[in-house]
Amino acid sequence: MNAVLRLLAQRIALGAGSLLAVSVLIFLGTEILPGDVAQAILGQAATPEAVAAIRETLDLNQPAYIRYFDWLGGILQGDLGTSLANRRPIGEMIGERLQNTLFLAAVSAAIAVPLAVFLGLIAARFRNSWLDKSISIATLSTISMPEFFVGYVLIFIFAVTLRWAPSLASVYDSMSLGEKLYAIALPCATLTLVVVAHMMRLTRAAIINVMSSPYIEMAELKGVTRSRITLYHAFPNALSPIINVVVLNLAYLVVGVVLVEVVFVYPGMGQLMVDAVAKRDVPVVQACGLIFAAAYILLNMTADILSILSNPKLRHPRS
Amino acid sequence: MSKYDYLAWLAKSGGVTRREFMNRAAALGVTTALATSFAGKAFAQEPQKGGDLKIGIDGGESTNSLDPATYLSTYIQTVGFQWGNCLVELDENAKIIPELAESWEPSDDATQWVFKLRKGVQFHNGKEMTAADVVYSINHHRGEGTESAAKTYLEAITDLRATDTHEVTVTLNSANADMPYIMADYHLLIMPEGSDPASGVGTGPFVIESFEPGVRTFATRNPNYWKDGRAHVDSVESLVLNDLTARTSALQTGAVHIVNRVDPKTVDLLKRAPGVQIIAVPSAGHYLFPMRTDMAPFDNKDMRLALKYAIDRKDIVDKILRGYGEVGNDHPIPSFDPFYAADIPQHNYDPDKAKHHFQKSGASGPITLHISNAAFTGAVDAAALYREHAAKAGITINVERTPEDGYWTEVWMNKAFCGSYWGGRPTADLMLSVAYKSDAAWNDSYWKREDFDKLLIAARGELDTAKRKQMYHDLQVMIWEDGGVVIPMFNNYIFAGRDNVAGLVPSPVLTGLRMSEQLYFTS
Repeated sequence: MNAVLRLLAQRIALGAGSLLAVSVLIFLGTEILPGDVAQAILGQAATPEAVAAIRETLDLNQPAYIRYFDWLGGILQGDLGTSLANRRPIGEMIGERLQNTLFLAAVSAAIAVPLAVFLGLIAARFRNSWLDKSISIATLSTISMPEFFVGYVLIFIFAVTLRWAPSLASVYDSMSLGEKLYAIALPCATLTLVVVAHMMRLTRAAIINVMSSPYIEMAELKGVTRSRITLYHAFPNALSPIINVVVLNLAYLVVGVVLVEVVFVYPGMGQLMVDAVAKRDVPVVQACGLIFAAAYILLNMTADILSILSNPKLRHPRS
Repeated sequence: MSKYDYLAWLAKSGGVTRREFMNRAAALGVTTALATSFAGKAFAQEPQKGGDLKIGIDGGESTNSLDPATYLSTYIQTVGFQWGNCLVELDENAKIIPELAESWEPSDDATQWVFKLRKGVQFHNGKEMTAADVVYSINHHRGEGTESAAKTYLEAITDLRATDTHEVTVTLNSANADMPYIMADYHLLIMPEGSDPASGVGTGPFVIESFEPGVRTFATRNPNYWKDGRAHVDSVESLVLNDLTARTSALQTGAVHIVNRVDPKTVDLLKRAPGVQIIAVPSAGHYLFPMRTDMAPFDNKDMRLALKYAIDRKDIVDKILRGYGEVGNDHPIPSFDPFYAADIPQHNYDPDKAKHHFQKSGASGPITLHISNAAFTGAVDAAALYREHAAKAGITINVERTPEDGYWTEVWMNKAFCGSYWGGRPTADLMLSVAYKSDAAWNDSYWKREDFDKLLIAARGELDTAKRKQMYHDLQVMIWEDGGVVIPMFNNYIFAGRDNVAGLVPSPVLTGLRMSEQLYFTS
């Protein structure tokens, strides 16, 4: 058990280290964005005095490393800074958007992950049958289409023609949970279609891989049914790669859905970040970048830890 | 939209009186019987009260604020006219009519204007509007500290003071016969003295209940609204729909009742959708190709004329605007402006003349046109057509496509030849002052003529309309023959609505920004 605790501590320290490195990269990246921030705020009305005044109020005259540590210090105390464009605290701006992003990601994951694993198991169990092939064809064709296209097709069928679901996924505070779920039906379906293929294919491959092991053959010889072998003998041993791909896809659901947000007008983080880049609202870009990076690192770390815990070979490494 | 379609729609929306409608229909050759039967239906409609209106507008950003000094694009301007009023507003002919100001009078030399304010108008917070509030609100956009885009319009004001509880006197540094028009600008909403400009408290038709930047705004009818015949619906929900397809499908599914900025390319498809009406409004907005007259080869007048003759305007209006626009004549004054000079010959597509002027200019070799769709919808396609038109005159145009991001800082007013658009201004003076006066900040052709500037300032201060008309005529001629802009077209503003809403007043300038108080349900 100690070994596991040590391992957890190690992974968490590594994650924190990566996040720190990423924060440096984000800061440097926004530093080298073309266009002076003060100039961008003032636009066409920029006079040298006004630019100088804004640089002063924003502390842009300090050397970059001092500003970096100020920024980092603020974040560690939970202060993400203030937006340049509308002078609102960034924490407040991001809070609701982040909730929306996580809500959409969570609902999509709750549908997509069980569906993908189930389809993967079926496909592996009836390998090379028409069922396996049709599952593969269906999922691979949805992943081959760009997600905005899938979104538009769904809008055309289910919103415009059949009128079953709304084409706009705007959610706001005063809506009940049921209304919110109805509003996000189509973006959620789009994301599900996009992520299912990857997870399903890997589940299938991992199980088929395990199924060729001698112990499965042994079980077969003992007369265990194929379904039972797939579920109880092969699946637990295939879990490690499956967990990995599932968590990677979860990370995608949080950080990679800008296009889906645009198509369905969903007020999530991606849209906020795009707006901020266009406006050169650097503190908001930095905060969004950092949150995305944190989500990605956290989920990857979870994947690592879970796959180690689910695999006795990794859980008890030979020392 | 044919002229009759437009007139018919104007009639339905209350944009013309019955008599006017009959006269104009007759002028278009519509038989009296048809016109009478239509007028019977259209004018029978009375604005209904009630209903919850949902509008889908583009140009909203998560960085928006309710502070009118920050207003840049359509969405937030539309929200601005929900909570606020200006001193004056523009009618369907872009003429000013009273809003919070009941009347206005110039001094004899037009350097001082006195505005008499409406009495008994209440702000949403219950306070009565007085001259002090007007001074406070206008000053929000003046002086050193302000970041307002309206600052440049107001620079001519040397003094602004409350001369009575309901009277404001404005003193200018030079004569301006059009001064009240400036007060119709969407920045200049009247707020209570000392209030937070970002609070959204005004005298407007709706009270902002919730404002989520870049997402939605919800406002309910102001029960004490002072204006007659406006603010018909109980509430307005304004959704930010920046994506064209999202706007279109939201309208088709009935999730919103009206959307703005419909793409001319898809408008005919949308027209066929059940329950949808298209509302196209001729506007003062125009698309143009500015040439930098301070740079070779465009410092040569023959070169500029060559490029003006080398474009087939009709072809571009047909293909890029799909007919939802009018051909332009290389000056920015639209045909419905009272100072429009109708007698200036139209610059037509003439490859021979273009070739002649091109050779006379002494230039040779290709000309590079920097373009991106940021310049206007369909700009890249328009540039490709232009290239083909010019090729027939022996002029080679290299079309160089640039990224949309950064177009306005890197290309516009930087490269020698590019694309651009103007939203149009309510008066000829404002349009010419903002883009053609030698020292104008947005003089995008860098065209500098002292005689033009002098005449422009003289015309601004002239109170005699006949004399003024002649002056504006001469100004248009100068730009038409010597200026550095090719203006191939004036664009329509295209809205699409459900067929159960009506009432939008089709002002050719600031089009549709006041839709929230104008629209009503017909069923």
